[in-house]
Amino acid sequence: MSSLLASLRTPRGLITAVLLLLLAVLPLLTQAFDQRYLLSVGTRVVIWAIAAVSLNIILGYGGLVSFGHAAFFGIGGYAVGILSASGIDSGWLQWPVAILAATLWAVLIGVLSLRTRGVYFLMITLAFGQLVYYLGSGLEAYGGDDGLNIGRSRFPGLIDLRDKASFYWLCLALLCAALWFCGRLAYSRFGFVLRGARSNELRMTALGFPVFGYRLAALALSGAFGGLAGILLANEGAYVSPAMMSWVKSGDLIVIVVLGGTGALFGPLYGALAFFAVEEFLKPLLDLAHKGWGEYWQIVFGPLLVIVALYARGGIDSLLGKTDGRRHG
Amino acid sequence: MAEPLLSAQGLIKRFGGLLATDNVSIDVAPGEIHALIGPNGAGKTTLVGQLTGTLAPDAGVIRFSGRDVTRLPVHARVRLGLGRSFQITAVLREFSALDNVALAVQAHQGHSFRFLADARADRRLRDPARQALETAGLGTRAEALASALSHGEQRQLEIAMALAGEPRLLLLDEPMAGMGVEESQRMVTLLQALKQRCGMLLIEHDMDAVFALADRITVLVYGRAIATGTPAEIRANAAVRQAYLGEEAA
Repeated sequence: MSSLLASLRTPRGLITAVLLLLLAVLPLLTQAFDQRYLLSVGTRVVIWAIAAVSLNIILGYGGLVSFGHAAFFGIGGYAVGILSASGIDSGWLQWPVAILAATLWAVLIGVLSLRTRGVYFLMITLAFGQLVYYLGSGLEAYGGDDGLNIGRSRFPGLIDLRDKASFYWLCLALLCAALWFCGRLAYSRFGFVLRGARSNELRMTALGFPVFGYRLAALALSGAFGGLAGILLANEGAYVSPAMMSWVKSGDLIVIVVLGGTGALFGPLYGALAFFAVEEFLKPLLDLAHKGWGEYWQIVFGPLLVIVALYARGGIDSLLGKTDGRRHG
Repeated sequence: MAEPLLSAQGLIKRFGGLLATDNVSIDVAPGEIHALIGPNGAGKTTLVGQLTGTLAPDAGVIRFSGRDVTRLPVHARVRLGLGRSFQITAVLREFSALDNVALAVQAHQGHSFRFLADARADRRLRDPARQALETAGLGTRAEALASALSHGEQRQLEIAMALAGEPRLLLLDEPMAGMGVEESQRMVTLLQALKQRCGMLLIEHDMDAVFALADRITVLVYGRAIATGTPAEIRANAAVRQAYLGEEAA
């Protein structure tokens, strides 16, 4: 508790605390100012932040660039969708099945891809991601390319996911839980092994760590959180489609993590906020400057990313001050 | 002599047509410093690779405290008590000195599938790690990032990490490499003190250090062990003088 208070005195701690506070009262704000649309944007930001936290485990702590992360999104979402279409709408059943499916997929691709490194790992995870994408497109019974409208998961007596504010708060609570877990993970024995292997894999092997097994476990954890994000995304729009697991989404996730600060605990949250802020506001801003320019917002966003990659290698997190113990390398 | 801690018999390793290790036998007794010397390209690193398990010999047997370890992978040998330090400094640069050693301690405490408890507050890791740092003479630099340590300090950190596993045998691959006179003198003192704890196989180019430290010396030339003996015997050995020491003097 005292360390929590102490971290409030650093700029990073203060900004993060204010951000979380704002996020916590967002439904009240959007209601007060009658901006319901912003609540749905906020919900998506939070869900994407959970997915980015998931990617941060394997990319940030593990140092492995997975380019197929949207597959976990998709598998989590489709598990909910397919169960819902089969008349099983209990969240108590849907959610564990969906998370288990995403975890199993993570283990499967891990066994096959974790023997490769660097760009080869990137390519092989991309290939597996596309495999799932085309599988989703081919599911004619579940809408094929057009996707599938679904009913929201039901938790009778506990929470009604159709209520936008309740659903938003659930997502935010899950994001906080994920952040808490990753904060613990980074400095646990497991986290030290994972980060050590990122720093120097050969050395870790020589120390006696079977690195492969630890990375596989990290990918499985990552897959579980990715599946969770997929469940939430499916419930947010009451809709699943192959588009949610295309390689573009995997790329967006990497951008969010890098933008926020690879391996930084709150990086995924900063990144998701920045990403959506740019997407939502850059367009109208450009349109304001000249009608029609909004179409080309990525012409501005692209160079912005290049600047981050070149001059702020620790992402937004590094702009908030040097170290307060939360940067993991 | 007592049962050797490490004993390799008739090791052969070929790389294509090159016979890198030519029927080499070598052993290290408990509490002994056995130095392995030889000119560049003599096959020292290849031999060490086979002893640690990064290379598989084409023929021969390696026994460690009586157990056949010839086919055991690196981490299994480390667990049995075969520690090593590296020729090229390979500490984890982004971690503090203490974190580096704590990880080495952790490697010897079973699996690390513990996800929540803070390892930085774990006395089962931190206490032995601090002790190993003290022993290696780095006690005051515990919190420094490994990348911020001087070259000599990084080599000391290597030793501390090797010690953390409480090894019964240390394979030291050129611990004095790149050190100044003063730094290597400090390393000699350190290794001398460590002799109480474990046997050592020392690969080193610094002849002053080798002759100051070694109980026995084996000379490797073109993959073959041409002589083994006490420092005095090696100094007097005509073949060695011609093949190695003589060359260096010339």
